[in-house]
Amino acid sequence: MSDAAVETVDLAKRYGRITALVGLTMRVERGSIFGFLGPNGAGKTTAVKLLLGLARPTSGDATVLGARIYDGRAHRESRRRVGYLPELFRYQGWLTAREVLAAHCALLGLDRARWDAAIGGTLVTVGLASRADDRVQTFSKGMQQRLGLGVALLGEPELVVLDEPTSALDPVGRRDVREIIHALKARGTTVFLNSHLLSEVERVCDQVAIVNEGRVLASGPLAEMVGPAETLEDRFIALVEGAR
Amino acid sequence: MIVIARLVLVEAARRRLVLAVIVLTLLAVALTAWGFSRIPTLTPRGLPPDQVRLVASQLVILVAFMFSFVLALSAVFVAAPSVSGETESGIALAVLARPISRASYLVGKWLGLAALLLLYATGSIALELIAVSLVVDYQPPRPLEAFAYLYGETLILLTLALALSTRASGMVGGVIALVLFGMAWMGGIVGGIGQAFDNEVVTHVGTVTRLVLPTDGLWRGAVWSLEPALFIAAARGPAVAANPFFASVPPPAPFLVWSALWIAAVLALGLWSFSRREV
Repeated sequence: MSDAAVETVDLAKRYGRITALVGLTMRVERGSIFGFLGPNGAGKTTAVKLLLGLARPTSGDATVLGARIYDGRAHRESRRRVGYLPELFRYQGWLTAREVLAAHCALLGLDRARWDAAIGGTLVTVGLASRADDRVQTFSKGMQQRLGLGVALLGEPELVVLDEPTSALDPVGRRDVREIIHALKARGTTVFLNSHLLSEVERVCDQVAIVNEGRVLASGPLAEMVGPAETLEDRFIALVEGAR
Repeated sequence: MIVIARLVLVEAARRRLVLAVIVLTLLAVALTAWGFSRIPTLTPRGLPPDQVRLVASQLVILVAFMFSFVLALSAVFVAAPSVSGETESGIALAVLARPISRASYLVGKWLGLAALLLLYATGSIALELIAVSLVVDYQPPRPLEAFAYLYGETLILLTLALALSTRASGMVGGVIALVLFGMAWMGGIVGGIGQAFDNEVVTHVGTVTRLVLPTDGLWRGAVWSLEPALFIAAARGPAVAANPFFASVPPPAPFLVWSALWIAAVLALGLWSFSRREV
């Protein structure tokens, strides 16, 4: 059993003739903020779906918080300690923000006595306390993404997977997300950040992996990946264009 | 599982489905009650009470057919998009990433939808029978059995549409379920014609159709439960056997067992399909 937060070995996924991931091998240490970077269509979201049991790999292996993704019951139990904000974030529009969070408390199996504190605290953290009892269908896209972030933070997860968490947010929202990620790191939570917004990643991540066309092109601590005279963007472009 | 079932019921209430159904049911019951109240005045001299009850008994079967049709459509409309809609929109992503099995999710949906349709079936059928009883003093012989058959028919379609929803979009799954429902009804009539003319092959068509989709067989059970014994005894001739609004005998017990197994098997098929579905 791996002691890493996430570990993959030769993980591959094909959809018919389309190859989404080819032999993805990487390791995400516990307590790190891991940036999983790549251009659109690089296979980032596919990798996340494989890790969370939303899709099945064609080959290869992976563990999440020590549980193999093929081990149905153990993997399902491990997801009790995982929070997830999908790239395609959509929540039940006919529920209020508070009710969406309550539904996820129930799905997590959180002790009922903790719900009020967990929901109240989460709403404050993601800046939705004043809209807690409004229906989600009245929310802007940015507010729905904030709610999705709240859903991912419920129950103090050990691993938080954020798939393009700032795609619908304004600069204030992006700053808030950065602060939330820093707070998670301070608490010892592992953050798996899927993004193609390199400036955001550069400001929060301590480890990165750059993927393209389903392969890891480079991975390691951010400080080692970027030379003194270059930015992460320079390195990213050089790697992605060099692979073509 | 219970969380998912509860969400189904909350969604139905919040989207005003429940309100729409209550209003339309009250309207339907009021209109049919008015119709029943006109039975004694069908002829200038008026009908004697026995004839009023005889006409009422046949009209109750036609009204039951209306409710059976509405229940079937409702089951398909609510079940066909229930899984596909959430996987297509992305709502399912956050839910299925939780420590919940695919089976819990699907069975939760089934339980929620079954409870919703049970509320509707109970309310609408009870109201209609109470209205008929008050207006023309007629009660069908076995109302609870009729209700059970109609609800069984609804569960069959709910299960079919939900299983289809694990793979097909709501529109496609809904159309498939409704076409099969219509074919099963026609198959029942064809089988009746076969029986009337002692044609074994044509009779078998009806039998096979009832095994493939047991809705028509259960509908005949509802008809039999609503039919007064005197009417059954008086009815004879080939045309009667082919009549989809008449049944001289109840469905055999093995058919009822088959119907229950059918629901379990199709739900299991849906679970197998959904467990392999990538979202």
